[in-house]
Amino acid sequence: MAEAVLLWGRLVGAQIRSQAQYRVSLALELSGTFLLSFLDFLAILVIFENTPRLAEWNVREVAFLYALSSISFALTDLLIGHLDQFPQKIRDGNFDIMLVRPRGTLFQVLGSDFQMRRLGRATQGIVVLVYALSTLHVHWTVARVVVLLVSVPAGIVIFASVWVVFGCLAFWTTDGGEFTNAFTYGGTFLAQYPIDIYSAWLRRFLAYAVPLAFVCYFPALFVLGKHDPLGLPRVLQLASPLVGVLAATVAGIAWRFAVRHYRSAGG
Amino acid sequence: MIEVEQLAKRFVVRRGRFRRERHVVEAVRDISFRVERGELLGYLGPNGAGKSTTIKMLTGILVPSSGRVVVAGMTPSRQRIELAKRIGAMFGQRIQLWWDLPLLDSFELLRHIYKVPADRYRTNLARFRDVLDLDPFLHTPVRQLSLGQRIRGELTAAMLHGPELLFLDEPTIGLDVVAKQRVRDFLIGINRQDGVTVLLTTHDLGDIERMCERLLVIDHGSLIWDGAITELRERYGAERTLIVDLEEPAPPLDIPGTRVERVDGPRQWLRFRGPAAELTARVAANAGLVDLQIAEPDIEEIVRRIYSTGRPAEVHQERRPGDGPAAGAE
Repeated sequence: MAEAVLLWGRLVGAQIRSQAQYRVSLALELSGTFLLSFLDFLAILVIFENTPRLAEWNVREVAFLYALSSISFALTDLLIGHLDQFPQKIRDGNFDIMLVRPRGTLFQVLGSDFQMRRLGRATQGIVVLVYALSTLHVHWTVARVVVLLVSVPAGIVIFASVWVVFGCLAFWTTDGGEFTNAFTYGGTFLAQYPIDIYSAWLRRFLAYAVPLAFVCYFPALFVLGKHDPLGLPRVLQLASPLVGVLAATVAGIAWRFAVRHYRSAGG
Repeated sequence: MIEVEQLAKRFVVRRGRFRRERHVVEAVRDISFRVERGELLGYLGPNGAGKSTTIKMLTGILVPSSGRVVVAGMTPSRQRIELAKRIGAMFGQRIQLWWDLPLLDSFELLRHIYKVPADRYRTNLARFRDVLDLDPFLHTPVRQLSLGQRIRGELTAAMLHGPELLFLDEPTIGLDVVAKQRVRDFLIGINRQDGVTVLLTTHDLGDIERMCERLLVIDHGSLIWDGAITELRERYGAERTLIVDLEEPAPPLDIPGTRVERVDGPRQWLRFRGPAAELTARVAANAGLVDLQIAEPDIEEIVRRIYSTGRPAEVHQERRPGDGPAAGAE
């Protein structure tokens, strides 16, 4: 395990070095993504220009929610953002290269394309988070600090699992990119807003089916000490790491199943 | 080193836009062969004949539909990772090197992926740098390499961990004559000196003639030849074509040992057997010769001839697996 992490570090490190060779280009891309991702946030501000509250959330609270989601999303994108080009990899036969190497395929996918420009969005998320926290007057307790800190890695695992599950479709369709994006990017967009503004079926979908509500909505309720407008059990607010483990297990099984299908039917 | 018995691979494809019909495509049908340690053999066939599918089953990428495969004592599809440590693979049209990284960085990463001990890595790399002359572009990003340079890099990448068995899928495709020869020399070297077993697919007969003693020919998923290259030539590929350009259009040349296949203005196609030197002299003596070239039969043509002379009911096999006739189909 430790050896695998070290190898992953090497794979990523080599790509960072190669991207760092083009300093100007990297700087432009980083600042470009940083600035562009504020457009998202601007959309939220526009909504609050017209209404003081969205359901029971004010602009600072939604900003907090947005920031949590944005940081987790950006870091997931950094890790496996290239999964949306996976159909291409399968069509080219480049996935076969991974199968003749003595390592797990998902591990190789994780280490195969690390794009530093995606850090731009994570930075933007941190800026918004600082803004939100500085205006929110959160009553900090140890538990709240822990939940906030844990929510980011848990969020990454949940996002990543959802992407992997939908990425698996590429083994069947080899051209399902848009369908997958509807759930990955689309789901992320939904998760940036408090889920209680959605209709019941969409809420359930986000809480239980594609569990993106655990990326930021539930942890945010806990950190902000908000009463859950949906009246869901309080324990859900602490469940993100567990949901992360569950999601990762499902993703692992789905991946294995998909690779097995590819190897018996594919080519 | 490799044992294949009654190996088959069937794909299900769905055709039609609305009424999807299932079609079963037999990419490989019940082939059997055996490769001993230290052999260098060619696996030949027209495009789409089933070469790559076979290689994919031998390397554990694809699970066979039926039949038995043992490679280096292992079942590839079930022991993929264990097997991967002991075999090397290179696919001429795929890139296993890291596109944006200097060549050397790719080797470093592969060293860690394969867990090659540091001293063995150093020795191996030093040798390949020398034999394949890698030094001029060792620090160049892969995307800037010429095809020939990249293929040399890919070969090194496939050999760094010291595999005992090497699979090459079209290793010389697209290379110029000089680069081809370098690759061939390298493969002969690792086969003779290090005893690496090499199986290469190609549709370039030149590859086979200059490297392999034995070859397998596959067509439409079935093995139609397993034997020595010399014998195949004698039986089906002995005739070459001499294409001559004369000073002016002439009636078909009458030269002993040849027959004129085609005449097109001043250009004539002569079929012949044996050495070309003497024949060329005779043509020059008989007519005003401007230019000439010699065409080797290509694999498509040899396959055609195998069929036209009556396809052998049994696959021609010089060495059958030692254990008698393979047990009937399952």
